[in-house]
Amino acid sequence: MASKPRIKVPKSASAGEVITIKTLISHEMESGQRKDKDGNPIPRQIINKFTCSFEGQTVFECDLDPAISSNPYFEFNAKVAQSGTFKFTWVDDDGSVYEAEAPIEVN
Amino acid sequence: MQLTRRNVLGLSVGAAAFTLAGGRIGPANAATDATQKAIMDFTGGTAPGEGKVTLTAPEIAENGNTVPVSVSVDSAMAGDDLVESIIVFADGNPNPAVATFHFTEMSGAALATTRIRLAKTQDVIAVAKMKDGSVFMDTKQVKVTIGGCGG
Repeated sequence: MASKPRIKVPKSASAGEVITIKTLISHEMESGQRKDKDGNPIPRQIINKFTCSFEGQTVFECDLDPAISSNPYFEFNAKVAQSGTFKFTWVDDDGSVYEAEAPIEVN
Repeated sequence: MQLTRRNVLGLSVGAAAFTLAGGRIGPANAATDATQKAIMDFTGGTAPGEGKVTLTAPEIAENGNTVPVSVSVDSAMAGDDLVESIIVFADGNPNPAVATFHFTEMSGAALATTRIRLAKTQDVIAVAKMKDGSVFMDTKQVKVTIGGCGG
């Protein structure tokens, strides 16, 4: 269902700086409100949870409802104290988990 | 009361006004009730106050399938001055819930942007819950020319 996620994280930052992270994953986000050509409702299939963590600590989380547009996009902030890796996780209604990582160097 | 021309006129105007009001208030109230209940579930019964939260959304959305929405809260994001979560509702959607954002001290700022679906012209509501239990909300009306949510 979903294709490779796209992440935008700055390569480096100074300690304690608040950085902006942008993420997008290709996913139809079938709302469950639509009907196919024969008038049968198309079952809901959305990504219902998004998480961003840094070295094991949660930075930002989101619970998604069907009202989130297809190809869910998120922009949020993070405060970093040392170099490390951001880990991003998307959880699909069907149980699939999509993951991505992005390193950052803090000086 | 004698049935004069003036009396009859007054009665029918009154009846018409009643019908109009009834027709308008009915469905709108139903949607608001669902959202109202969802807000109370989120806050645990605390009525949200004004201020602190800023909801940014376009005044007119040409395409209801993807409406950029941004919420931010005036907070230091450290110690007790921390935003725990922000919930977003679209009052006129078949299901008013849109998303819930959760923040931590690692977030650095209580700010989140995403894209949402709006079925029709309606109010978008953001409610923020702070660590100390206080709750704030902001509402913005978005006019939608082409609806989202299928249909």
